[in-house]
Amino acid sequence: MSEYTNLLIIGAGPAGLAAALAAAPRAERIVLLDDNPLPGGQIWRAGPQAKVPAQARQLREQVLACANVRYYSGARVIAQPGPDTLLVEDAERGWQIRYDRLILCTGARELLLPFPGWTLPGVTGAGGLQALIKAGLPVRDQRIVIAGSGPLLLASAATARDNGAQVLRIAEQASAAAVAGFAAQLPRWPHKLLQAFALFDRQYRSASHVLAALGNDRLEGVRLMQNGKVVEMACDRLACGFGLVPNIQLGQALGCAVALDAIAVDTWQATTVPGVYAAGECTGFGGSERALVEGAIAGLAAVGNRQAAHRLLRRRDRWHGFAAALNKAFALDPALKSLATADTLVCRCEDVPYAALAGLRDWRQAKLASRCGMGACQGRVCGAATRHLFGWQPSAPRPPFSPARIDTLLCLDDTPDA
Amino acid sequence: MPDLILDGRPLRVADGTSVAAALALGGDGCSRTSVSGQRRAPLCGMGICQECRVTIDGRRRLACQTLCRDGMQVETRP
Repeated sequence: MSEYTNLLIIGAGPAGLAAALAAAPRAERIVLLDDNPLPGGQIWRAGPQAKVPAQARQLREQVLACANVRYYSGARVIAQPGPDTLLVEDAERGWQIRYDRLILCTGARELLLPFPGWTLPGVTGAGGLQALIKAGLPVRDQRIVIAGSGPLLLASAATARDNGAQVLRIAEQASAAAVAGFAAQLPRWPHKLLQAFALFDRQYRSASHVLAALGNDRLEGVRLMQNGKVVEMACDRLACGFGLVPNIQLGQALGCAVALDAIAVDTWQATTVPGVYAAGECTGFGGSERALVEGAIAGLAAVGNRQAAHRLLRRRDRWHGFAAALNKAFALDPALKSLATADTLVCRCEDVPYAALAGLRDWRQAKLASRCGMGACQGRVCGAATRHLFGWQPSAPRPPFSPARIDTLLCLDDTPDA
Repeated sequence: MPDLILDGRPLRVADGTSVAAALALGGDGCSRTSVSGQRRAPLCGMGICQECRVTIDGRRRLACQTLCRDGMQVETRP
């Protein structure tokens, strides 16, 4: 089975929704595809324990009300069977989508770094914990420690507390000076200032990071380095995220150039591959406001409306400034490279310990020697971790881009004759 | 309020609950056993890490990206 569309958008977070809405008046047919069960991306994740902002609900409703927008949930990209064609899969079936223009709004994932005990049940990402709680994970009366870096730690703590958890500590690795410097710049983006004050928290500690998750079969406590002192505390959950990593894998696989670990784009959000655009966090981390304006520019440019796109460029510059301040303030402390010990698993899919990787030359040698990065997540977790630990550059992914069913791969046969 | 079966035990959850959340509501929260025999639980919560993969009605699915439905059979052990 195959399908044709003028514009295919991968990802229905802020960037993808904004792109669809901006392109809708000038595109005959738009397909919007997302691997989550509901639109909104990570920041506007809906669920039984989630509060979705009115702006997000409104945008979602506007997009889904467009008669020329077809939205597929729970669907992910598996392969590129030919030019301007992607093979996709949902829970029921696989099929090919052929397009004239493509916009990648694949978002970002958390940087998850290995430390002793991080594979214990009870340890999650920081944004990970927030996402799981929104989808119904019970945390009432649980003791939670949140560690890592960036404003997401505060957002995660707020969601945990709203749902009855006791947040014992928020450990931010950046120095007090860096955090204060960032906060002092916030008046440049007044809306963000409000968010930051609403999130501020008396359990917050700067210059602090995780040393180990403690426990046998599941998490029982955590050891932290807190302002130069080692402290231990008993807890039920530990949520660790060290910032965000743009999801560039699909762009890379399609041949898009990458710069500074993000998909490279020009003024019009166009990638180096003709007809392929990218917007939002896959072009660099910077929050939902930046994603919204980038998505709108990409959507307008993809349907040839550069005049309207041009009017948004100044707003984009403003949010790029915010992103730059954010990334500078929360730059990672080199001490975080030495958290893992010899037996700490770095690749959680293939259970490859740190000792099997230290001293190897590059990502390719690591794969050949140890199976690191060759499991189900295809290096999305350990590839970003070893990039941080050893400076290795993970190679562009090869299809299937995600674990897929044989039935889906058989759909590759739908390729029309050349 | 979907009714599902988690590792052979019945469980009722609120509408919109993910299977990842159901693992903690009806069990010990674990989703799979690693290649070296460790039990694991959902990690990233957003469809990246594959730690939450479970068998749902005979198919391998990500628990964090799947909503609970009536009659679902979820298995966390092979």
